[in-house]
Amino acid sequence: MSKLTDLTITAAREGLAQGRFSALELTDAYLSAIEPAGDLNAYVLTTPEKARAMAQASDARIAKGEAGPLEGIPLGIKDMFATEGVRSTACSNILKNFVPTYESTVTAHLWRDGAVLLGKLNQDEFAMGSSTESSAFGPAVNPWRRNGSSQPLVPGGSSGGSAAAVAAHICAGAAGTDTGGSIRQPAAFTGTVGIKPTYGRCSRWGIIAYASSLDQAGPIARSVNDAAILLRSMAGHDPKDSTCADRPVPHYEDAVGRSVKGMRIGIPKEYRVDGMSAEIASLWEQGAQWLREAGAEVVEISLPHTKYALPSYYIVALAEASSNLARYDGVRYGERVPGRDIVEMYEKTRASGFGAEVRRRIMIGTYVLSAGYYDAYYLKAQKVRTLIKRDFEEAFAAGVDAVLAPATPSAAFGIGEKSGADPVEMYLQDVFTVTLNMAGLPGIAVPAGLSSEGLPLGLQLIGRPFDEETLFSLGQVLEDSAGRFPCPDRWWE
Amino acid sequence: MNMHARPADPKKLIKGATGDWEVVIGMEIHAQVTSNSKLFSGASTAFGGEPNSHVSLVDAAMPGMLPVINEECVKQAVRTGLGLKAGINLKSVFDRKNYFYPDLPQGYQISQYKSPIVGEGVVLVDMPEGTIEIGIERLHLEQDAGKSIHDQHPALSLVDLNRSGVALMEIVSRPDLRSSDEAKAYVTKLRSILRYLGTCDGDMEKGNLRADVNVSVRKPGDDFGTRCEIKNVNSIRFIGQAIEAEARRQIGIIEDGGTIDQETRLFDPNKGETRSMRSKEEAHDYRYFPDPDLLPLEFDQAFVDELAAHLPELPDEKKARFISAYGLSAYDADVLVAEKDTAAYYEEVAKGRDAKAAANFVINELFGRLNKEGRDIETSPVSPAQIGAIVDLIADGTISGKIAKDLFEIVFTEGGDPRAIVEERGMKQVTDTGAIEAAVDAIIKANPDKVEQVKAKPTMLGWFVGQVMKQTGGKANPQAVNELLKGKLGI
Repeated sequence: MSKLTDLTITAAREGLAQGRFSALELTDAYLSAIEPAGDLNAYVLTTPEKARAMAQASDARIAKGEAGPLEGIPLGIKDMFATEGVRSTACSNILKNFVPTYESTVTAHLWRDGAVLLGKLNQDEFAMGSSTESSAFGPAVNPWRRNGSSQPLVPGGSSGGSAAAVAAHICAGAAGTDTGGSIRQPAAFTGTVGIKPTYGRCSRWGIIAYASSLDQAGPIARSVNDAAILLRSMAGHDPKDSTCADRPVPHYEDAVGRSVKGMRIGIPKEYRVDGMSAEIASLWEQGAQWLREAGAEVVEISLPHTKYALPSYYIVALAEASSNLARYDGVRYGERVPGRDIVEMYEKTRASGFGAEVRRRIMIGTYVLSAGYYDAYYLKAQKVRTLIKRDFEEAFAAGVDAVLAPATPSAAFGIGEKSGADPVEMYLQDVFTVTLNMAGLPGIAVPAGLSSEGLPLGLQLIGRPFDEETLFSLGQVLEDSAGRFPCPDRWWE
Repeated sequence: MNMHARPADPKKLIKGATGDWEVVIGMEIHAQVTSNSKLFSGASTAFGGEPNSHVSLVDAAMPGMLPVINEECVKQAVRTGLGLKAGINLKSVFDRKNYFYPDLPQGYQISQYKSPIVGEGVVLVDMPEGTIEIGIERLHLEQDAGKSIHDQHPALSLVDLNRSGVALMEIVSRPDLRSSDEAKAYVTKLRSILRYLGTCDGDMEKGNLRADVNVSVRKPGDDFGTRCEIKNVNSIRFIGQAIEAEARRQIGIIEDGGTIDQETRLFDPNKGETRSMRSKEEAHDYRYFPDPDLLPLEFDQAFVDELAAHLPELPDEKKARFISAYGLSAYDADVLVAEKDTAAYYEEVAKGRDAKAAANFVINELFGRLNKEGRDIETSPVSPAQIGAIVDLIADGTISGKIAKDLFEIVFTEGGDPRAIVEERGMKQVTDTGAIEAAVDAIIKANPDKVEQVKAKPTMLGWFVGQVMKQTGGKANPQAVNELLKGKLGI
């Protein structure tokens, strides 16, 4: 029998149901796997005692025939989620000792369905980054390495710890968040599957806010079916989040394996950006070919406002962030650095509590909302946002069922490579992913091949609002065609 | 342009060294919404709890917390808008007003900036010289802040978040007020409307109603002058004093050749003056933007209609009804409708009785006595039934108006059934002409000189009436005394 930690959620669920192993055995296997994986820096906190207690409770429920849909499945949780009694920091020094007295709705749904908490996963500070290098706990490391190289690579970000942990099989799946690509880009960098559902599909209650109109929770998993299982549990109405949709959650697994025959897939010509590598271009074409072979029709479409998406995103997101992060002022909780008076206390607390990238984003966000600049930046960006949304609406209205695009402009890069002087280089990582957040649409990243250097590359499918099912059907076609991409070398073990 | 332009009233002008000045006033009233829970959280709004005992995770702005609109607060705002005869906006937007302050946990106040829930309306204010119309520009919903406490610890300031997140209605008037009296009357009237509606208790002592007062001065007929905003004035009396002080300050500066700086000021009631709080340059840049945690607030006309259908009778309507149905004077009606409870009290007294007599007794006797004691109608020791009984006793001639005053005093201080008291204490009016006649005869007999005088000077009759009343302990029917005296004296 293969290692328990190599089982997908789908397979582990079956093994648990058949009594081939217990939830406690499964959890212990993961806890043992986590131990030597410190070099990945994927976890910022492990909760072995809690995990074992939850696993034992799962075994009891399985014995009584009361197993939930995720019974006994050990998961890692991005540190953006507030977890009751378990330190939740958003990987920021300003919250370094913060232990919530409440549980986020999404994680509460996971525990309701029987999942087990292994620990909290590394991320960029307040989810601001595309490499997990801005974490106050230091960067997470991608389990993948270039052929013949031992240079540490980033796992992407901001849900880099989540993606790394899933790829390294040190959790069965993970809950991440995606504001501009933070689930899909790390999934693509690590050969895992990540879906950002439609805005409003998952509750934001209890998720530390970055940019409220863009933030959305979603799973990172080893297979399309695993992602479907996890999203079904995470999603659902929550009266505590006014922006959360009150509509039933489909049984997403049913959509996995469903025929895509006759579906119409749009290839947006504007996504063929200047300087796109031949590797990415051919992967994209390969993906289209696989979908054609499965009976889908592939058509070129136009999303004319695409080129404005990235700059507009960085205005809207940072404006909201500058306001959302105002609460970290040292007054009620979190870290406080004393000062002569209240203003100095604020300044010192926030200067020392926030890292450089967070400070930069707060400054930019404050600037674009300032008197005299609001119309030129924030208001204009909101108008662009409406146009981006309309681009997609028109494509869908013309009969397109989903859009196929690359997930990232490149494969994973080395730690330190893009964290230099020009932050825009890092921001360009989000060029294919931010449009969806701006439009509120669902998107799934599925691994589709390897780069010439042996690193995973992902494709992205973008769907109609609340039509995650089509994405799961199409994603499974890609997975069936491309195969899965387990990390070939467990160098950390 | 000022749509409600009124010609300057010479009586309201302020005399300056260079001539007359007109003061122009606009007000922003912050009225705490009467509701059990806060605007965006389920925490209680009860006053007077232990510090930080009514604070939810949302109010404390814990990470990941989200606001959810309280429907009752929305209803209260709509009711208030209807009461102000204002347009209700079926779609409005909550914005964030960003600034740092220790008693503002989120680092922003959720308010309504560009799209308020209520649009233009009007408040009618009765002044001695006639009714004036004060335009309402808008009403919007917003969160209250917490409270910073600076005197509990030598080195630290403390914060109480009980108030944090409580719903406020900010009611913005047009600059239509022209004197401190008008301003006071406007707040009094607005407060009365809110209390009628049950949307704000108007308790200024608890800070549940506070005013920011915008004051400028100009020569009659000129354009508006530069205004100063006096923040957070918390009594109607202080509003009047603050306006007077600020207007005089501004006139003094201009007459000395200076100019007014637009700024925010505070009123110091002890010194009776306003002082600068922050200048225009120091004004915050609030970086307003729509709150992405909240969808635009939308409801349909049916929601508004339903609330409109259950609106109580408001002071203006009640006053009109009191005048037409009870035949009261405008003044009496005004006094009676100022408070909902007073009006209801009066109506109970007036039921089935002479409405004017009831009004007179309630206004002159009851209100006068309550004022003297510093009490209000809710704590009145005399019930409408007791007042009614006294009015009845006067009406059926059992007691005189004078005795009624004594009776009222007894009922007020000792309680009891007025009719029984009259019986027990022999306060009944003497209408028996025999008894009165005896007294009249005795007085005439004892005062022959006065009898001579009265024949030449009939106004002397009053003296005789007084003597008879004195002799009968005030119980004689004055009418009967008059008749008898006239007959016997032959005048």
